[in-house]
Amino acid sequence: MSDYPDPRVPMDPALLRGLTQRRLSRRDALKYAGVGAGSLGLAAFLSACGVKGQAKASPTPSTFDFTKIYGDGTPAGVLNFANWEAYIDVDSKGNSPSLKEFTKETGIKVNYKTVINDNDPFLAKIIPVLQAGQDTGYDLIVITNGGGIERLIRLGYLTPLDHKYLPNWDANADPKTKNPVYDPGNKYTVTWQSGFTGIGYNSKVIKTPPTSFKDLLNPAYKGKVGMFSNNQDLPCPALASLGIDPNKATPDQWRQAAAPITQAKDAGIIRSFYDQSYINALENGDTVITQAWSGDVFIAAASKDFGGDGFPEMKFVFPQEGPIYWHDNMAIPLHAQHPVDAITYMNFVYQPNIAGMMADFIWYVTPVPAAKDYVLNTLKDPTVANSPLIFPSADDLAHAWQYKAFKNTQEEDDWNSVWQPVYSS
Amino acid sequence: MAAGVQQLAKPKTRLGKRLAPYLLIMPGGLWLLVFFLIPIVFMLSVSLQTGNLEGGFAQTWHFHRYIEVFQQYRPQMVRSFAFGTIATAITLLFGYPLAYWIAFHGGRHKTTFLFLLLLPFFVSFVIRTLAWQFILADDGIVFGTLKSWHILPAVISGIAYNFLPFMALPLYVSLERIDRRVVEAASDLYANKKDVFLRVIFPLSIPGVFAGILLTFVPAVGDYVNASILGGTNTTMIGNIIQLEFLQNFHYPVAAALSFILMGILLIGIFIYARVLGASSIEEYV
Amino acid sequence: MSVVLAQETGRGPGLAPAGAKRRWTRLVLPVYSGLVLFYLVLPILVMILYGFNASGPKRVSFRWQGFSLFGYTHLFAKPDLTTALKNSLFIAVVSTVIASILGTLIALALVRYRFRGRGVSDFVLFMNISAPEIVLGASLLSLFVSFGVPRGILTIIIAHVMFNIAYVAVTVRARLAGFDRHLEEAAQDLGAGPWITFAKVTLPLIWAGILAGGLLAFALSIDDFVITNFNAGTTQTFPLWVYGAVKVGIPPQVFVMGTLIFGFGVLIALLNVVAQRRRA
Repeated sequence: MSDYPDPRVPMDPALLRGLTQRRLSRRDALKYAGVGAGSLGLAAFLSACGVKGQAKASPTPSTFDFTKIYGDGTPAGVLNFANWEAYIDVDSKGNSPSLKEFTKETGIKVNYKTVINDNDPFLAKIIPVLQAGQDTGYDLIVITNGGGIERLIRLGYLTPLDHKYLPNWDANADPKTKNPVYDPGNKYTVTWQSGFTGIGYNSKVIKTPPTSFKDLLNPAYKGKVGMFSNNQDLPCPALASLGIDPNKATPDQWRQAAAPITQAKDAGIIRSFYDQSYINALENGDTVITQAWSGDVFIAAASKDFGGDGFPEMKFVFPQEGPIYWHDNMAIPLHAQHPVDAITYMNFVYQPNIAGMMADFIWYVTPVPAAKDYVLNTLKDPTVANSPLIFPSADDLAHAWQYKAFKNTQEEDDWNSVWQPVYSS
Repeated sequence: MAAGVQQLAKPKTRLGKRLAPYLLIMPGGLWLLVFFLIPIVFMLSVSLQTGNLEGGFAQTWHFHRYIEVFQQYRPQMVRSFAFGTIATAITLLFGYPLAYWIAFHGGRHKTTFLFLLLLPFFVSFVIRTLAWQFILADDGIVFGTLKSWHILPAVISGIAYNFLPFMALPLYVSLERIDRRVVEAASDLYANKKDVFLRVIFPLSIPGVFAGILLTFVPAVGDYVNASILGGTNTTMIGNIIQLEFLQNFHYPVAAALSFILMGILLIGIFIYARVLGASSIEEYV
Repeated sequence: MSVVLAQETGRGPGLAPAGAKRRWTRLVLPVYSGLVLFYLVLPILVMILYGFNASGPKRVSFRWQGFSLFGYTHLFAKPDLTTALKNSLFIAVVSTVIASILGTLIALALVRYRFRGRGVSDFVLFMNISAPEIVLGASLLSLFVSFGVPRGILTIIIAHVMFNIAYVAVTVRARLAGFDRHLEEAAQDLGAGPWITFAKVTLPLIWAGILAGGLLAFALSIDDFVITNFNAGTTQTFPLWVYGAVKVGIPPQVFVMGTLIFGFGVLIALLNVVAQRRRA
């Protein structure tokens, strides 16, 4: 990924802070002077409107001094953790055993808040705050790759990770999640959980299991096909089904992959482009075959005693061209109050037993393969341990594709200009 | 109606009379000035900037953007107004008789009925809309059939549902105000109920109709929730596009420009509509 | 009133067929209104029903799988949810009270007086209603951020009052238009001061309007997602929580909470009816 611009390279936090303070850079001042726009107050307000970009600096990592962030590594005793709903283990009283264990071991009190409802609204809320050089109120956030996390990295809004605090990650993280295309060298992020985008279908209606994304375009399922309405889960499988790596595809190939979907839409084959509600549409019978996330379908199919929805007819398949393998990532926002506590927690969850406790509840893909033993032998839960949707085999992963990682805003805009008219018209 | 006359009649309070409206408006006006107007004016300037999140945005007074984005998203804009109009008509059709019934036949329990009318809204919109998704589902109850006859396009029925109280409440408020003696007098004078309604009650409820349409049509055109949960293909509304441009693409200027185009068309519409309806009964209303 | 007078002339008296009249008001109208109310409550009934669905513990499902009380017995297994609900109620009550007062004052000024700036005030109110939520939310957040105002319950309340004032003002104004000012004058002529006049004459007359406006404001406040999301900081409200839960599936407790809120509302309504019956 040498063609990346290099905003990821860690920089001096003092410099970072300076860059992100709300003040006019010389370049901007010139622009404003040219426009002659009113007072400085107005300019300051405008910049706070979340409409000012970040000047990029690229000091070299070798000069980076982590002690400015992490000091001598003594935790402050508090961790403000922003996560998604139902994305951690929970006992019958609503408490998380793994968080309790964390507090017991480290003495760090966790303010766990499920405030992230979706990547985009959450980013829209924190980016203006980060731009103003203020603390978001969170020391640890969980953001998906394929847009959100790349944007935060490009803007320089994440705190670099000092890997000397991450020995468990080093030892136990699935190599497949290390050094990802969106964050080479894991300079800013480590994986929280991963998942697959594949195909979900109702086996009561569809007798021959689908094998490819192309099966979603079959006229036989007219009006009963669901697809995703976002700029990763729709385009990437479409490209993969043509055997094209989403991260290597050319704009011509984007259009080539988009064309049959537009045709299917116009022919009435596709019922709708869904957000998370696709799973309700599948359970309601609005769709019989749909693009799907692995964990959702696992929950839908699992029996009720086990904690699922009890629809055994709901099946998930990895398409033969390979599923899309996406990742939710832990990261420390810039200006976080308790970075040591955050990185301590990152390291904590990479212990196999802790990862196992969480995997047994969350049902997405844990980044710690060794957790499988714990789930199988200590928790005695073979259903979870043996599910390829939670502990995928090396074979499943071999064919998996990654979300498209955008090199810059221009590329992202070009990509969107091809795909958004498909799912949003 | 006769503010001027009163001012003449009571000269000693003239200064107070002149200041009174400003004193009344001040607290709410200041609130709106600080927390609505100032921010929105800056959004207006954002709509004329060029750039992107990473490189920064600069004030370029790019007025042409308004034309560009309008052309790019004209279908969604037109669709939003069409959906909004149909949904508003449905709410009026449903809401007027309901408001009339509560106002004239609700007896002592009017307040209770009003309260019931709004009760569904204390349950989150996500749940209501998901419930609708289920009700309207192919395997769902009654409405699946209706939908297959193309009687009930899901998005429109969802919008109509969500905005019904915003129509019914102002209607009720103006209907309930009508002096019953006027209605009785009219019944004595006119032959039938229909005339009484068309010539007396309805004209007197025009302020409520105006307020109801205002509170229904305007937010309905900008709605995005129903289209995103209940919509199929080709049901995207302009609210969804604004959402997309702002949250996903970080094209703040585009989203802002679209918002101001939407607001502009709505405001022009409101004023034309107010003039058309500007009969004596709402003369003082707008 | 002038409309009525103008139209009352030029039409002879007559007799309405009493039977038809009664059929209309006794039968057609109540049935129609009942159906509309049913339409309004329908999704809630579905929700109540499916709160008893024996779906899995992780998320509710809209397909009947048998009767279960799981959601009820595990109601408080979601501590975040309870906090969010409390926050929402608090914010809704406070912002409704403030917005009702401010909005009513604006409505009084707009209907009662002709003054310089009246047209502008109108324009601002309409603009406030027509502005897309996302613009309101984002621009307000910018304001708070640039002045370093920490986001929390206070900023949510500020935002809710901001978008509610216009709704209250428009609703109250529908009540005030054509309002008979002679009643107030009569009171003043009889020696009542302006405050007494307002409390004893004006307020009772416009009360229905304030109540309706307040109810709308409450409904908008307790259900707002977009604007709240921008200005909430780390505070959680019920809609924010539920919206987030959709990603992974809504836990059955949400339906139960919804059912309880609804049941509580119905209970209040019933008590109200009983109280009125007593008084009568």
